[in-house]
Amino acid sequence: MTAAAPASAPETAPDRKPGAQTDERLLKTSPVKRLLGRPELGSVVGALAVFLFFSIVADSFLRAASLSTVLYAASTIGIMAVPVALLMIGGEFDLSAGALVTSSALVSSMFSYRMTADVWVGVGVSLLVTLGIGAFNGIMLTRTRLPSFIVTLGTFLMLAGLNLGFTKLISGTVSTKSISDMDGFSSARAVFASTLNAGGVSVKITVLWWFALVALASWILLRTRAGNWIFAVGGNKDAARALGVPVARTRTGLYMGVALGAWISGQHLLFSYDAVQSGEGVGNELIYIIAAVIGGCLITGGYGSAVGSAVGAFIFGMTSKGIVFAQWNPDWFKFFLGAMLLLATLLNAWVRKRAEATT
Amino acid sequence: MTSDVKERTALVELKDISKRYGTIRALEGVGLEVHGGEITCVLGDNGAGKSTLIKIVAGLHRHDGGTFRIEGEECRPASPREALDRGIATVYQDLAVVPLMPVWRNFFLGSEPRRGVGPFKRLDVDFMRRTTHAELLRMGIDLRDVDQPIGTLSGGERQCVAIARAVYFGAKVLVLDEPTAALGVKQSGVVLKYVASARDQGLGVVFITHNPHHAYLVGDRFVLLKRGTMVGSHTREEITLEELTREMAGGNELDDLRHELEHRAP
Repeated sequence: MTAAAPASAPETAPDRKPGAQTDERLLKTSPVKRLLGRPELGSVVGALAVFLFFSIVADSFLRAASLSTVLYAASTIGIMAVPVALLMIGGEFDLSAGALVTSSALVSSMFSYRMTADVWVGVGVSLLVTLGIGAFNGIMLTRTRLPSFIVTLGTFLMLAGLNLGFTKLISGTVSTKSISDMDGFSSARAVFASTLNAGGVSVKITVLWWFALVALASWILLRTRAGNWIFAVGGNKDAARALGVPVARTRTGLYMGVALGAWISGQHLLFSYDAVQSGEGVGNELIYIIAAVIGGCLITGGYGSAVGSAVGAFIFGMTSKGIVFAQWNPDWFKFFLGAMLLLATLLNAWVRKRAEATT
Repeated sequence: MTSDVKERTALVELKDISKRYGTIRALEGVGLEVHGGEITCVLGDNGAGKSTLIKIVAGLHRHDGGTFRIEGEECRPASPREALDRGIATVYQDLAVVPLMPVWRNFFLGSEPRRGVGPFKRLDVDFMRRTTHAELLRMGIDLRDVDQPIGTLSGGERQCVAIARAVYFGAKVLVLDEPTAALGVKQSGVVLKYVASARDQGLGVVFITHNPHHAYLVGDRFVLLKRGTMVGSHTREEITLEELTREMAGGNELDDLRHELEHRAP
């Protein structure tokens, strides 16, 4: 073996498969074992199982229209699951993510209604405010060294309170006033909440947002310096700090990433209708975390993938809509989700142990 | 050898360094000299102040008193990054690597080479993989696969990756925090070989250990710490392994201990 051997490694492969290193000892690692080492494997197996299950029990599940409903449900969770997965790989939680989505929608709606005539101004202000809250989470965490569980639980409660309090103060009710007659409403709706028609199948634009975010996050994780830092900060933050990785900046960036996702989700929430219920979103933060964990993110950080979180969100979409297509009582949904979480986590742990024991 | 070395400016020179944590005196009046192509060993029992000393050199802590010179220039590095930029690389016993990350990502962590422009700037993955493999080969480690998580390597191999990394990034001074403490006899030998190979490449090495045998195998200078103070500073010519072991174990305390143990044995 010479040092120059890996020169022919394919650089296009976005995964971590090895280059064309020629080493006789590598023969022992079969492609199957390589696959087993991928963080999203458990979730892909789970997704196939769920897909087969509902294909059998629900006749209407395989129709194009059903699939588009499933994709839409998956995308609304997936848009948030991607940055939440990155944050978890970086070793932290964000319990305020669900409330932040609603805050983002409320800020956008109320600012537009009160201050301007164009909804795009509200959308822009909302972006700044939401990113600001994300930065607040990150800075609180890195400055106080409190656990992220506490910091974001605090933010979550404050946001939930502010959402209700401000809305009542300004609108007098728990929902905002309609902004549908304002300038820019139709263009904003086109960007955040339109339905596209692709060959007779209707696809919600959130699905595109979702896919774009997955691609962007995968690129960041696997091919940029920031991605290396995210894995390192989550895997061993002391080692990362000692090697000169800006730990605080990386974490704050991750929280701002979650905020960006919350902004997109929030604008979708607003422009799907024309008003926002101020109590919405609470509880969703756990669903984002569940999607990321089902997708192979290690709860202790340092391991996971953006694609995995997408598969996790897809499982969520299939289960929540599949139950409806199977004409079951939707009350069963949470039971399924919980069982899925346990199974997926066990499967992931088992797979990883197998993969790491290859020597 | 020592006479002409002394005329050169030391790569790192600490004089009369002191450090306090609140009311606790962690270090008092400690000196240290590191030259290129030499290994300076810092010996001491647990709690002697070894860790505090290297944390000052590594830029994790700042000293309260005394002078700290890098290549003759007085300084107080405020962060590990700053110390790194000045050529001081520290390899920690336990926090040298991120276990779940592939070897090549670990190798370049914190100093990743990139190509492309603007938002399309990306890791030069091919170069990173190739270089990691070549550099480790140079140190005598022939990895099957640079993609394996570094946690799957043995403790000795991990230390060697960290040393190879420091050498590759042009460190002038390599600070090793008890690199052999958690290792078996054979693994320790492997690590000591890499320490010596780093020295032969012209680096100055600070080797922290509580094992005088390991220190004497490779060391050129020996600094002994005890309860935060310096109890001895010798060059290799001035001291034998027996004396070093004796001093390290606390001189008279060792005699007492020997006496006590001999007494028990029939």
